[in-house]
Amino acid sequence: MPTTATIHTLENGLTLIIEPMRDVQSAAFSFLVPGGSLYDPAGQNGTAAILSDLILRGAGSLDSRQLTATLDNLGLQRGESVGVQHLGFSGATVADRLPDALAVYSDILQNPHLPADQFEASRDGLSMTLEAMHDEPRQRLMVELRRLCFPAPWGTPTYGRLEQLKNISSDSITAHYHQLVRPNAAILGVAGGVDPAAVIDVVERSFGSWEPSPEPIPETLEHSPTNRHIDHESTQTHIGIAYDAVPYRHDDYYSAWAAVGVLSGGMSSRLFTEIRERRGLCYSISAVLNSLPHHARVLTYAGTTSDRAQETLDVTLAEIRRVADGIELGELERCQARAKSALIMEQESTISRAGSVARDWFHLGRITTLEEVRGKIEALTVDTVLDYIHAHPPENFTVVTIGPEPLDLETQEVADGVS
Amino acid sequence: MEFHETTLANGLTVIAELNSAAQSVAAGVFVRIGSRDETEDVSGVSHFLEHMAFKGNEVHTADDINRIFDELGANYNASTSEEVTQFYAAILPEYLPTALEMLSALLYPSLRTDDFDMEKKVILEEIGMYDDQPTFTVYEQAMQAHFPTHPLGRKILGTTQSVSDLTADAMRQYHTDHYRTGNMVLAIAGRADWDQVCELVQTYCSEFPAGRTDRDRSSPAVGGQTQVLERPASLQQHIMQLAPAPAADHPLRYAADLLGVIVGDHSSSRLYWELVDPGHAESADLGYNDYDGTGTWLTYLGCPPDSVARNLERIHAVYEQVNREGVTATELEQAQNRVASSIVLRSERPMGRLGALGSNWVYLGRYRSVDDDLETVQGITVDDISELLAEYPLSAASTAAVGPLASL
Repeated sequence: MPTTATIHTLENGLTLIIEPMRDVQSAAFSFLVPGGSLYDPAGQNGTAAILSDLILRGAGSLDSRQLTATLDNLGLQRGESVGVQHLGFSGATVADRLPDALAVYSDILQNPHLPADQFEASRDGLSMTLEAMHDEPRQRLMVELRRLCFPAPWGTPTYGRLEQLKNISSDSITAHYHQLVRPNAAILGVAGGVDPAAVIDVVERSFGSWEPSPEPIPETLEHSPTNRHIDHESTQTHIGIAYDAVPYRHDDYYSAWAAVGVLSGGMSSRLFTEIRERRGLCYSISAVLNSLPHHARVLTYAGTTSDRAQETLDVTLAEIRRVADGIELGELERCQARAKSALIMEQESTISRAGSVARDWFHLGRITTLEEVRGKIEALTVDTVLDYIHAHPPENFTVVTIGPEPLDLETQEVADGVS
Repeated sequence: MEFHETTLANGLTVIAELNSAAQSVAAGVFVRIGSRDETEDVSGVSHFLEHMAFKGNEVHTADDINRIFDELGANYNASTSEEVTQFYAAILPEYLPTALEMLSALLYPSLRTDDFDMEKKVILEEIGMYDDQPTFTVYEQAMQAHFPTHPLGRKILGTTQSVSDLTADAMRQYHTDHYRTGNMVLAIAGRADWDQVCELVQTYCSEFPAGRTDRDRSSPAVGGQTQVLERPASLQQHIMQLAPAPAADHPLRYAADLLGVIVGDHSSSRLYWELVDPGHAESADLGYNDYDGTGTWLTYLGCPPDSVARNLERIHAVYEQVNREGVTATELEQAQNRVASSIVLRSERPMGRLGALGSNWVYLGRYRSVDDDLETVQGITVDDISELLAEYPLSAASTAAVGPLASL
């Protein structure tokens, strides 16, 4: 099945990808706009997060309440997110309302008021969000794990750091907006019951006059794995383990994906079976492959009562390493079955498809067809996956724990892993 | 979309909303059993059984169950609430026969003592996990404060003590008593052939034991208590307040959903503009939860401890005004547009329809199509909202707090 996506690049560099879908009444969009936390000024981590809130507090001829009311009237189910590289704006509604929604986002991105008198409210809101995250050990753990396992500034906490919020001013938000938010390198994915020509027309009219600006290049710093324990009066000890993998654009990406799938791809996968089913050490245990453009890590999480935390850490690391000893054909086939079924089910969701085409363009600069992905997944063999694992053995572990007591990270399992 | 219904000789009801345009099919069994059906000595057993379902029967081992579901590429799981335990799988249409066989295996597992002992450890870990999530903890505390003498107030997972004390025999007895066809509905949504569904359920479900258990559906007494769980090291204070709201089968339940959106939606609502937008609170939400015979208005406030008192006053003022003046036609229309578009979006996926299909059957005993839902939502008037508020005003009958404060 060839791709049905239409790709249209505006003169200012904004890339529009439209995937019409049959048998749906809805349409969804996913807008990736340059200006994520990666570019937060030194000592002002949280700048992008405040911008992501402040940018919706009035735009064009609409004040904050009018803007929200307009989007609500369009029935838009919307979300905003702060990523490492992008501010994300997504939305879905019945298809014939999509053009009106996109017109509002044109003002949000090109003519935001960024009202100085609402800056304090916005910063206070972010401060409270970070306090809430601080109280949730699992969330806090994953933020810290990302920060330590990726080379700076790629692990910069997307929602900022509590202690740095005081350094951020209304002016720094406005400067961040003017310097970073731009059409070149922006990606708009649209999927659903839409006519591509009509969407192109709306987007040209709404975003065509948006002025491009130069792209800043972040400097990647040296990185070496670091372990950390955070004292916290929690019931469980929360364990995060990260190690290197290859990013989405890499030729071996699907092998890397399968290697993680063997560990944590379903309830028959190894971590779930060995740590939870056989030993009863955890309720929640998982590993995911997290990819940035040029770096990728496997992020593993386990939560367990403190007196069993050392055993959980040791057994989890042993399982991660054991994958290199061999995998069974059945394990790979289950990963393949899950992927194929997920690909088909994704075609039932306009929100999923809009997100996928935008992400694809960001990582690859092109759209992979579902058929192409299916082909790559079917082409995997036990040998190709093992070759990948042997070329990229799990090592250089970053281990972060949060709980009442630190764990022994000098055990053989961890020590062996650090090269 | 076409709707089908049949009842097997053993009393099992099977319903299906079939859609030939769908790419997948979702199947689920909704068992009308949850923590409210438990006595105190077996608190947590409904949820424990949900875990035991995956431990296998005489034909399939625990490993088989997970392996086979994964071989299908199924999106499958189970969940337990106060009133319903559900088991479900979304699969490609060709795998429906295997998925139904496995769902039937989930419902009648062997319940071996070894598996019970091992799973007890996992459930104690699950309790520990939720213990570290203050928003979950404050919900449990609030339900306890609101329903102190009713099983709805007990924790779905049970307590560390009750789960530790639970015996395999008590669990088996509970299963024998409650896992009966009169307490269940098997629902299917998406692409499937009805004749094939009928054959499959005959093959895999006709041996399910008949019978049903009754639930006391009378409206429980409201506790009106305040519970404070002090956690000095926390940065944020979590407050949850409950008040009476319509029961699941009340004609104004859709009006209650809309009022929740108007007053307490997290991204634009009266509470949002009054508390969240100005930076007074991290969260200030109003939700509506419905149960058999009762319902709750659920207010959640998350903010720094020193602004709790002032924020509760703000919430109270919003509620007073809504109770007194109702809502505007503009607010209602916006909420209707939002709710209608979310119904449309959810209905595009078989998994999205399955939940609505199952819960309408469990609570209303009948089928409602997407168009029925849209029509009901669009038909609600400002007067309906006023009628709702007259009967169920927004208030804070019972309160729970988790965070640095020692008292409210």
